[in-house]
Amino acid sequence: MTALAELSRLIRSKNAGPFELTFDIMFDDAATYERVKRSGAVSREAVAARYGVAVEDVKFFFCDHAYAIKASIPRPYFQGDPRDSDGHGGQQYAPLMDIEIP
Amino acid sequence: MPAIENEIRILSPTGVCGSGFIESSFEKALSQKPDFIGCDAGSTDPGPSYLGSGKTAFPKDAIRRDLKLMLLGARRLGIPLLIGSAGTAGADVQLDFFYALVKEIAATEKLKFKLALIHSEQKKPYLTQKLREGRIKPLHPAPEFNQATIDRSEHIVGMMGAEPFMRALEAGAEVIVAGRASDTAIFAAMPVMRGFPEGIAWHAAKILECGAAAVVNRKTPDCMFAWVRKDHFVVEAPDAQLTCTPQSIASHSLYENADPFKLIECSGTLDLTNSRYEAISSTAVKVSSSEFLPAQRYTVKLEGAEKVGYQSILIGSVRDPFIIRQIDDWTARLSEKIRARVQMVFGDRLAAGDYLFHIRIYGKNGTMGPLEPVKEIRSHELCLVFEVTAPTQEIASTIAGITRHQALHLPIPEWSGLITALACPYNHLDRGAVYRFNVNHVVEPDDPCEMFPMDLIAVDGTTHRKLAA
Repeated sequence: MTALAELSRLIRSKNAGPFELTFDIMFDDAATYERVKRSGAVSREAVAARYGVAVEDVKFFFCDHAYAIKASIPRPYFQGDPRDSDGHGGQQYAPLMDIEIP
Repeated sequence: MPAIENEIRILSPTGVCGSGFIESSFEKALSQKPDFIGCDAGSTDPGPSYLGSGKTAFPKDAIRRDLKLMLLGARRLGIPLLIGSAGTAGADVQLDFFYALVKEIAATEKLKFKLALIHSEQKKPYLTQKLREGRIKPLHPAPEFNQATIDRSEHIVGMMGAEPFMRALEAGAEVIVAGRASDTAIFAAMPVMRGFPEGIAWHAAKILECGAAAVVNRKTPDCMFAWVRKDHFVVEAPDAQLTCTPQSIASHSLYENADPFKLIECSGTLDLTNSRYEAISSTAVKVSSSEFLPAQRYTVKLEGAEKVGYQSILIGSVRDPFIIRQIDDWTARLSEKIRARVQMVFGDRLAAGDYLFHIRIYGKNGTMGPLEPVKEIRSHELCLVFEVTAPTQEIASTIAGITRHQALHLPIPEWSGLITALACPYNHLDRGAVYRFNVNHVVEPDDPCEMFPMDLIAVDGTTHRKLAA
């Protein structure tokens, strides 16, 4: 088993507009990307579980050309609202880093 | 890249006007004979305060530097310069700010050109009428939008599509300064107007709008260049050290989008599901087979901001392990004390619902809030940010003062006697007005340009003559 962060070129989070958060998990090469994709460990369900959101609220994509996996969720608070803690949404990816990949 | 017939060459100097670009890259790009220069100048990314307050996210001097180089370059080649989302959020006050900079540069550099200013701020009666007609529709997720939202808003702007840019180009505008615009519309307008396939035009625009962001090895904000042709486009950064690869270009559609394959514009959806990416050199990528699916109905996205109130904050930290282990209980008891003390001080002048009191706990879940999966505290110290948002700055400041005193001496069962429970590096800080985004909706206009009136102005050095649009 290897942690997702060790296999990825970049794991990042960012606003997708003021109302959604998006996560990009990017790989250097096709082989690593395929390994992670085929493992099934990174999935809509896995993202929902890591962030405690409903599965149907997760948008989830495999991006073969980019060797990347992408997911988007609604923001818990809209960008800049009084309780929002991360205006750019840039520090929300850490819970994805230790997903174990066989 | 040799120029060929039936192509449009596009220069994007940088991702945001004011973030900078390297002059040698810009000069190299100009030598590749672009048909126009496009530049995005705003975003919602810096948050609601810019749309709310009318200020700009990038400093004036930084915007002036980029704008001056772009204006001089465009006039030297005699090509149009298209700028969208002027002054960060595109409100009228920000468009005015940008126009003042254009005026200043035209005067000092003795420039002559036909200028189009395209407004994007929406008049409240227009929105009321559209609301009554049922032609304002929510996106997902969206806050409630009603007449009260319109009334409360400081500014509401519409995000224009390509059509208002096309109208300005058709009117002979050489410099276009537009309010809030779809970033991609700035770059797609001319290719679409000249009959290039929309899938190719919009996809090229999507890559260009972020400047050199789509290269493998981005060092600093810089220029990007595209050759848009009948069945493909080629993209390459003018700086020879920057490399585009099929992977880097394909990856760019992920950035700041919820869906990496379908990008929604006013007039339709750019669909990248079948896009093909090929390396044609070690630095350039050819893209083909991107599609554009026209929308059944033309829609314009709204962005609005309203004032939440005035804010004061207090920063403090806790090192006592007794307090750390009971921090949730401690903050709950503190909040109660503050409520009671505020009631004592203000009486009937301030209801409990008139102000917001919020405590951020760094070291627990300050960064992720409700999304934080780690529940136990592993830190030997915690940073607390106490945030008060109230109808006036004076009230917010008063409650922050109350907070400091209450937090300092809140007792805990483990100690007897007067404790001082909070380390404060500063007095509390008054932050001024704070704002929130209050709209995530689209309008269905009758005409793509009806929400975006245009001023045409003949600029000649220091003289500005308004022309009939």
